[in-house]
Amino acid sequence: MAVFLFYLLAIITVGSVGAMIFSRHQAYNALYLAVAFTALGGLFALLNAPFIAAVQILIYAGAIMVLFIFVIMMIDLRQPFPPLRKKWVYFLGCFLIILIFIELVLVLRSLPESKSIMTSDLGQPASLGRLLFTKYLYPFEITSVLIVVAIVGSLYLARQREKR
Amino acid sequence: MSPLSFFILSLILFVLGMMAFLIKRDLITQFMAIEIMLNAANLALVAAAKYWASLDGQIIVFFVITVAAAEAAVGLAIILLIYRQKKTIRSEEVNLLKG
Repeated sequence: MAVFLFYLLAIITVGSVGAMIFSRHQAYNALYLAVAFTALGGLFALLNAPFIAAVQILIYAGAIMVLFIFVIMMIDLRQPFPPLRKKWVYFLGCFLIILIFIELVLVLRSLPESKSIMTSDLGQPASLGRLLFTKYLYPFEITSVLIVVAIVGSLYLARQREKR
Repeated sequence: MSPLSFFILSLILFVLGMMAFLIKRDLITQFMAIEIMLNAANLALVAAAKYWASLDGQIIVFFVITVAAAEAAVGLAIILLIYRQKKTIRSEEVNLLKG
């Protein structure tokens, strides 16, 4: 069952990201991205991480997608984007992608052995929250400061300039 | 289900996101490609947390998601500003720093 779910979610994720590459409309791209994020949330749930799965669905497939949809709505894009004219960008991109693919495969081949067996209560939200508020308390608080700075910064950037 | 297949899936997703970033030319889709790459890294981190039976990977994913939310807010505001000033979101026409 888990294997079947893994392959189903993997095919959905890779397929929607691939469809995003070939589609030219931003609204369709946002839709494909939402599908990919939801399927990734399912993959996180398969990996004994229910809290991360819930956060993924809420923040990525919810909040960030709403932001994208709002910006696509505000930007008026009638003309489709013609394909890239400079061919050397394609070659450079393919070269970089093959390079990083080989590098990542080499990293995966040299992984150390898995030591212990995952107990089922390790990924529970309670243990995660306990770790978050003890060992990682300072990063947590710094993250809240970061979010406040981001809110103020984006409000400042996107405000309407008054005409003088 | 071995976590190694999750690593391979995250590798494929990262490379696909990189391809989308390099091929696409509008800023919004490139931004989406960045989010895909972040998600691929998140998947690798959660798989590593399961592989080595440690919760630290999931904590890092939590922080990555919050930072990605902040980054999306600021980045989309910047894209909106670029559109207001130049009336386009093609990434190759944003060349203010070009000498």
